[in-house]
Amino acid sequence: MTHLSEEELVLHYYGEEEGDTLAAEQHLDTCGECRAVYTSLQRVLNVVDGLTLPERDAAYGERVWRRIEARIPARRRRWTGWLPARARWAAAATAMASLLVAAFFIGRSYTPARRVGAVANADPKAGERVLLVAVGDYLERSQMVLVELVNANPQHPLDISAEQERAAGLVSESGLYRQTAEHVGDTAVADVLDDLDRVLLEIAHSPSRLSPGELETLRQRLEAEGILFKIRVLGANVRNQEESAPEKPSAGRQKL
Amino acid sequence: MELTDRACVAQARAGDADAFRVLVERHSRSLFRLAFRMTGNESDAEDVVQESFLRAYRQLDKFDERATFGTWLYRITANCSLDLMRSRKRRSEQMAPSDPDRDDPILNLPSTAPSPEREAQSGQVRDRVAEALRELSATERTAFVLRHFEGMCIEDVSRVLECAPGAAKHSVFRAVQKLRRALEPLVSTAK
Repeated sequence: MTHLSEEELVLHYYGEEEGDTLAAEQHLDTCGECRAVYTSLQRVLNVVDGLTLPERDAAYGERVWRRIEARIPARRRRWTGWLPARARWAAAATAMASLLVAAFFIGRSYTPARRVGAVANADPKAGERVLLVAVGDYLERSQMVLVELVNANPQHPLDISAEQERAAGLVSESGLYRQTAEHVGDTAVADVLDDLDRVLLEIAHSPSRLSPGELETLRQRLEAEGILFKIRVLGANVRNQEESAPEKPSAGRQKL
Repeated sequence: MELTDRACVAQARAGDADAFRVLVERHSRSLFRLAFRMTGNESDAEDVVQESFLRAYRQLDKFDERATFGTWLYRITANCSLDLMRSRKRRSEQMAPSDPDRDDPILNLPSTAPSPEREAQSGQVRDRVAEALRELSATERTAFVLRHFEGMCIEDVSRVLECAPGAAKHSVFRAVQKLRRALEPLVSTAK
């Protein structure tokens, strides 16, 4: 008699076996050895089932909403949804350029972003490329701030006010890039920029003098979140896109 | 009249934040249960629920209207939990060992046993079950929770894990096998 393997018994328990269910049941009826294993399996899984869960009351959903409400970005129907991704980036670059040029005239623009605006407004294709360069540059500057903190190995409290100032500057700049990514539906980029934003904000609002222990905690958090890795990957994608932006219109995967 | 999930999604996509609020209020508790089973920790589970809704909102345009919104949310939550468990594992490998039971509420579940002796025994069972679940890899735990507790079919489990159905099936099997090896002595003595 061929016995059922442990894997077959597990799959039978979940009704996922590839073979004949009835045959497996008949075998279990007649084979004491397999039935003993199967019974033991059932008992173990019953014990696991017996674990109760902490419940949340009916108002829990409301509390969750209150916690996330402020982080929900404003959403508009995407008028560029029918365009291919590259065309959406180009359209977004133009739209962003208009915003930036307007910002320039009212005297509120940020210098690197203003350059993006001026070029992109003159030529949308060039604008797309400049936008990619700007995002790439933004990621690189963010990476430098984070790497400096991660690599610092002080014996005494460290003054991070310079890094905080740079982090605050980067935060003020990031919103535009993130909105652009959301606007073109590139959630991968938007997600990384969102994560990066949170980290930079945290740094900007930390005490300006960190003890070696606090710095170590921060370093571990940055590593645990894998933010540097994400920035490197995204940065590499941006560079690849930069290289192909002017020559290859609307072909292949276009998202960052 | 109560709006269906599908109607809420359509309105949320059009920019109606209140419609998304309805979805949050409707699905939070079930997502919490899933996240808790995955992470084994209440505070982590709450973080996962919030992060899942934020991810879902950002990805609303990717949601296929023919699918069930709840299942789609489950997938996002399972992935968020998986990310968290993997990052925790990386972090715990880097840090000095601490008491792993400290934050795991599974170990602090209320006992219904009547006598102190039974109570001690059932507490021991809970500890062992929690420990056995913790010993599973992130992939095994995810596969097991989704198949065993959430009743997802292997095909859906494989989509969450981004692997072939055969690999998902094997992860479920490995999880059950490990649980059985860890818990069988306990079950045998309780006969």
